[in-house]
Amino acid sequence: MTFDLEFGLYVFMLAAFLGFELIRRVSPLLHTPLMSLTNAISAIAVVGAIILTGSQKPNVLSLPLVLGFIAVLASTINVVSGYLITDRMLKMFKKRGDRK
Amino acid sequence: MIESWLPLVYLFSAAGFILAIKWMNSPATARRGVIVGEIGMLLAVVGTLLRADVINYQWILVAFFLGSAIGVPLAYLMPMTAVPQRTAISHAFGALAAALIGTAEYYKDMPQTPHGFTMGALIAETLLGFLTCTASLMAFGKLQEILPTRPITYKGQNIVNLSVLAIAIGIGVALVISPEQSWLFPIFIALSLIFGVALIVPIGGADMPTVIALLNSYAGLSACAMGFVLSNRLLVIAGALDGSSGFVLSIIMCRAMNRSFTNVLFGAFGQIQVSAAAATQKSVRSASPEEAAAILDSSSKVIIVPGYGMAVAQAQHKVRELFDALTKRGIDVQFAIHPVAGRMPGHMNVLLAEADVPYDKLSEMDDINGDFPAADVALVIGANDTVNPGAKHDKGSPIAGMPILDAYRARTVMIIKRSMNPGFAGIDNELYYMDNALMLFGDAKAFVASIVKELGTNSDGH
Repeated sequence: MTFDLEFGLYVFMLAAFLGFELIRRVSPLLHTPLMSLTNAISAIAVVGAIILTGSQKPNVLSLPLVLGFIAVLASTINVVSGYLITDRMLKMFKKRGDRK
Repeated sequence: MIESWLPLVYLFSAAGFILAIKWMNSPATARRGVIVGEIGMLLAVVGTLLRADVINYQWILVAFFLGSAIGVPLAYLMPMTAVPQRTAISHAFGALAAALIGTAEYYKDMPQTPHGFTMGALIAETLLGFLTCTASLMAFGKLQEILPTRPITYKGQNIVNLSVLAIAIGIGVALVISPEQSWLFPIFIALSLIFGVALIVPIGGADMPTVIALLNSYAGLSACAMGFVLSNRLLVIAGALDGSSGFVLSIIMCRAMNRSFTNVLFGAFGQIQVSAAAATQKSVRSASPEEAAAILDSSSKVIIVPGYGMAVAQAQHKVRELFDALTKRGIDVQFAIHPVAGRMPGHMNVLLAEADVPYDKLSEMDDINGDFPAADVALVIGANDTVNPGAKHDKGSPIAGMPILDAYRARTVMIIKRSMNPGFAGIDNELYYMDNALMLFGDAKAFVASIVKELGTNSDGH
């Protein structure tokens, strides 16, 4: 599949509007977990980091390899800690009846 | 073979992210949202690893392993009071990743460089990435109180900051026009980094909720720009979702303070009025824990207003004990949460949820403001500007027009506060001098604990 620039811009516009509509409906109660969730999602940069790192020669310490490695590392930290802490926070939200 | 399936894998991954955010709209479905978000991420990562151009795995696996080794303890050992700091530092990591990939993409095929629209997207990615990285580190430093939390300002600051940004953008444009001028690139990076620092220097703690949300948005937009560089729609979608999410949150925060974006970023809140605060010495009434307990005991409706001070004193568990003690007596207890209470959007809710306060007792500003006149007691714990009636009528006040919680309309307002020093924004609060106000001087945690103890000892005599 080729990447058509115009098509890409349409995708961007639609995703941005969808984002606005979805976030507006999120209860202020959950704004903090929402933030850590979107932060984990934006760690999708890991895709770019993997492509960059994986396409370099592993035995030559080139600039793209080093930068790619740091990028994979940084985004992995965000993916792992982002999802886990979001879930940890959400587990704490209980209704009156749910309390032990 | 697998290559032809990849667009489909990415498509499902994007759908996962959209559902994840959609399900965050209610606590009942939110955890399901996290799971579907994780599945989306897993699909994206596995799909990418199977691409034909990804041939070497060893460095990637080392980074995965190290990243998990750091990420897991970070998620489980982090105290809930440190959540704003964690969010700031993770914005820094995310933005750094995007910025470094942009840099590598530029140098990768030297002397061939990206050009045209791709170069434009690369410049946007790198600029946003690097400035968000240093800005988030600065925000982290301020939230962790490694750096002074008061805004630091000097004359002509805005002009200096805007010039740095303008030069960075100017060099960026020059690089788009002639990408082969590679000597410009390091200057461009340096200016982006400097602007990130300069952007946060004049920001005070009270503005952190807006700024953190804005940095969230920048980190997402940086990933989105990367999608255009790498011709990857999944990155465009996920980045756009994150970008709009942070943007919406910062708009909500701005509205909750009745301020504009430019005012938050260039207004240096909390600096101008420091001199005015020390002006008048009016008299206040104060009360002991015993008296406070007696008033609470004889009331039938109590609204608790938590603020950043509750987080600082780590008083949320004691507050929950107070909630339990009062509820047991048949007293109706509600929590009133101002949108900008604390240091990030939703900060108070997470702390109170951690302490096991049921979330249906936490009310938003617009829902609870009508209840204050019917409340016997409004108990303000570590909040200040969000309950300052001056915002309503004092045109000269820096927080003029900011929507507040109408705590002053309760029959009695009790304010737990360390001393009469003005709050974070440095603004004097006329609430403290009102006839129905009672100051409870002391550490929030210790004071609430002694009220709970008082309520416990005389529970038989009720």
